[in-house]
Amino acid sequence: MTNLSSLSLTEMRDGLDSKKFSARELTSSSLKGAENLKGLNAFIEMASESALKAADEADIAMKRGSSTSRPLLGIPVAIKDMILTRGLKTTCASKILANFIPPYDATVTQRLKDAGAIVVGKTNLDEFAMGSSNENSAYGVVQNPWDTSRVPGGSSGGSAAAVAAGIVPVALGTDTGGSIRQPASFCGVVGIKPTYGRVSRYGVVAYASSLDQVGPIARNVRDAAKITKILAGNDKADATSSALRVTDYEAVLGREIKGLKVGIPKEYFIKGLNSEVEESVKAAIAQLISAGAEAVEISLPTTEVALSVYYVLAPAEASSNLSRYDGVKFGYRASGTKDLKELYSKTRSEGFGKEVKRRILIGTHVLSTGYYDAFYLRAQKVRKLIYEDFQRAFSSCDVIACPTAPSTAFKIGEKASDPLEMYLSDIFTIPVNLAGLPGISVPCGFDRAGLPIGLQLIGRQFEEETLFKVAYAYESSTQWHKKVPPVFAASK
Amino acid sequence: MITKELLLKIAKLAHISVPESETTEFMNNLSSIFGYMEKLESVNVANVEPMSHVLGATNVLRADEVTPSLPVEEALQNAPDSSGRFIRVPIIIDSGVEH
Repeated sequence: MTNLSSLSLTEMRDGLDSKKFSARELTSSSLKGAENLKGLNAFIEMASESALKAADEADIAMKRGSSTSRPLLGIPVAIKDMILTRGLKTTCASKILANFIPPYDATVTQRLKDAGAIVVGKTNLDEFAMGSSNENSAYGVVQNPWDTSRVPGGSSGGSAAAVAAGIVPVALGTDTGGSIRQPASFCGVVGIKPTYGRVSRYGVVAYASSLDQVGPIARNVRDAAKITKILAGNDKADATSSALRVTDYEAVLGREIKGLKVGIPKEYFIKGLNSEVEESVKAAIAQLISAGAEAVEISLPTTEVALSVYYVLAPAEASSNLSRYDGVKFGYRASGTKDLKELYSKTRSEGFGKEVKRRILIGTHVLSTGYYDAFYLRAQKVRKLIYEDFQRAFSSCDVIACPTAPSTAFKIGEKASDPLEMYLSDIFTIPVNLAGLPGISVPCGFDRAGLPIGLQLIGRQFEEETLFKVAYAYESSTQWHKKVPPVFAASK
Repeated sequence: MITKELLLKIAKLAHISVPESETTEFMNNLSSIFGYMEKLESVNVANVEPMSHVLGATNVLRADEVTPSLPVEEALQNAPDSSGRFIRVPIIIDSGVEH
């Protein structure tokens, strides 16, 4: 019964339904794995007691009837600590929310629970989702299961590490500039950022409201499709959520991709791209061609300025969203202050980490009088151009293929002292958020040091079906997703 | 590019205090980041509409009806200092707070 938690979601469902093991055994395996691998620091908070209780309830429910109406009944999952879980501490990896216990569940949390999932814990992240390495957490760095001296990526580093290390089959992440896809790429797992508005943001702590989305990180494409279907759909509590019908993402898996046009953006394959990443991604594209797809060269001329646009808009939105952390109604409140103004300032200075402060300052500056037009307004216009670039590209292709990240996982501490250097790791993921498109990362190889490489597929708005179909077609012809990191042996 | 004076002005607007020991680091970081953003200046944005929302959606309205909400006790659970139905804060009036 060892390592049950490292099974895929589909295998777990089959195992539970055919009574090979119980929900209690499965959840226990997950909790044991988290304990054995606590050196990874993937979790900020465990919910052991409530998880085991829910597991027992799931076992009783399964004895009474089938799990068809609740597809995740008895399945252990983890949730990024940026997403509200009722009664379970939610910190956003910040000191400013160190003792915050949400009085309500995020819609995505509720949807997982309604489907029968068991929340085993909250995963670590870069503070307030600001980062690309999970080195900005007030609760410590997360280690990459493939090489513990390296970062798992960020900001959803904990979620990616927990799935890659076989602690849970699925973990929720959030993605504002690549925070699901890039860690999925660094950790050799699948991660999807759905179209903006496809998944409700209610109860998801806001970083940049016009860019944030929630998505699953999973061991394979089918599992990611299953979870996305459960999460997706209109929510009255989120005015930005789309009313478009959610289709059955699992149903398209296995369909042919003959004649499908795969766009290769020429600006993404330039000098500076790690040669092993380039090799693997090109080989993956060749695999798609041999499955019947057609490669088309496309151009996205705004690629060069996308990062600048993001680092104006996201911090601007963050400076507004994070103004609620003022020590008044909830969260950390500084002591020894003589008036309200000092309360605000001392609370925020003591409660926020350096990167969060940096981004709030950037955002405050670009929105301030005298700078608004030159920065914020201009960036919004360039955002429109980026959106139009993709629209044009999609008139000659159905899906875009490129690397997820320009490199494989870097060493802990390597980029921490140069914020700009760190920002460049999101160069291929950021444009996708700016244009509101869906993007998925699937494992497509390993470099000579044994580190995972990710292939990114980008689709038209609300064409998650196409992404899953193509990703599955690619995955079916490879074995990358079956490889396990060395820490697996320790998790037994 | 980002002077100490400007940094402290921004920090004041953001209600964050930057200690003397960190001003140089923040100045350098912000200067290099804003330097990178100069790329935006050369983009031709003539006649381009600003984009703030990728889906082109407009305001979503609902009927003005009262529906159940969080009970007061639950809403105050995370309050650092509360009294009855109120949250307690330090003195506001006569503290020199700008309006």
